[in-house]
Amino acid sequence: MAPLSTPGRVPAPALAIRGLAMARGYRTLFRDLDIDLAPGQVLQLTGPNGTGKSTLLRLIAGFLRPDAGTIRWSPLPEDATPGECLHYSGHHEGLRDGLTAHDNVATMASLLGGDPGRAEAALVEVGAGPLAELPVEVLSAGQRRRVALARLLVAPRPIWLLDEPFTALDNDGQALVRRLIATHAEAGGLVIAATHQPLDLPDIRHVSLGGQAS
Amino acid sequence: MNAWTALLLRDLRLARRVGAGAELGLVFFLILVSLLPFAIGADQRFISRIAPAFLWLSALLATLLGLDRLLQADEEEGVLDQFLLSGTPLELIVLAKALAHWLVTGLPLSLAAPLLGLMLAIEPQAMAPLALSLLIGTPALTLIGLIGAALTVSLKRGGLLLSVLVLPLTVPTLIFGATLVKEAALGRPYTTPMMLLGGMTLLMLVIAPVSAAAALRHARQ
Repeated sequence: MAPLSTPGRVPAPALAIRGLAMARGYRTLFRDLDIDLAPGQVLQLTGPNGTGKSTLLRLIAGFLRPDAGTIRWSPLPEDATPGECLHYSGHHEGLRDGLTAHDNVATMASLLGGDPGRAEAALVEVGAGPLAELPVEVLSAGQRRRVALARLLVAPRPIWLLDEPFTALDNDGQALVRRLIATHAEAGGLVIAATHQPLDLPDIRHVSLGGQAS
Repeated sequence: MNAWTALLLRDLRLARRVGAGAELGLVFFLILVSLLPFAIGADQRFISRIAPAFLWLSALLATLLGLDRLLQADEEEGVLDQFLLSGTPLELIVLAKALAHWLVTGLPLSLAAPLLGLMLAIEPQAMAPLALSLLIGTPALTLIGLIGAALTVSLKRGGLLLSVLVLPLTVPTLIFGATLVKEAALGRPYTTPMMLLGGMTLLMLVIAPVSAAAALRHARQ
């Protein structure tokens, strides 16, 4: 069986961000932001709290429209929107209380164009195998994180946007995240992670927000 | 379409949970209807005369239950973000959610209504038309509610505002629905109100998913 974390047939596109500017309320978070990222690269976003790391990730995910500037992916597969090629994992895990971990992951797999049949294997891979049949509201914060990580594996997508992926995870879980990121990048995927924890990758790119914010 | 069915089944599964609103809507309907004789007294002819209007009003209020959480629960837990990445148009996603809501509230309500009509001494010939009117009309109520749910998705206590927004929009449906049952009770033909009621539902089927999706997209900016 191929490792679960291989990106799908879709090759990762390259990212080109030009002159990006965004304000929230009356405060400019960043302006004239340029970022280039090639497939297989990992970008670590750092910066003090409130400097727009989450906002930048949500901009790249397409949830928000920038005030100025462009975010371009190329080449994108035909008929595909950027949203269909990326995973976004934010502060909220995207798990719905009342459903079991397995049902949550399986539903997300169908929704995101993955294979619901792989939910079980994905949960085992993120160390949440024994939790599969538990409703997610009884899980601890770290366990919920692990279940949310399984989503990255059931639906192979070339771009991963991770907002604070280490939150609430134990040492073992943090090592798992590092491993998943490394495997994904090796297979030609593209990862942007907002975190202050070291990712321990050899050729990692850094962008620090906050320096240019007024 | 695979994603769409998965979402529909998920929402149906969620609705089966205790307190999720499915059976609660029906119980609420039952309580409202059984309260009416207490308020009015034993004037059976009067109750029988206002029964069509009251049954429709109760069905309308019962449909509102649970609407405020229809989209909000998914928004709060970050599931809506995932919907946006799914490649399935948001319009179809909200339609699946509305359909699930109707299947667990509007449909059982419509089927139980003749029984409750009996409690209000409704004319026997109006029983079947009552169920029919609710079957045709309650989808419109759910769809109108969907727009309200999308508009109030980011408000913490949006339930009350949702009712205030939604109730005025349900007036045409209420008029045609109650008229249908009234005409049937008087033994008169009711094709015209039935057509208009169906027309409202079809109109909402077009308008509601588009408006709700637009409201959701706007709320994220």
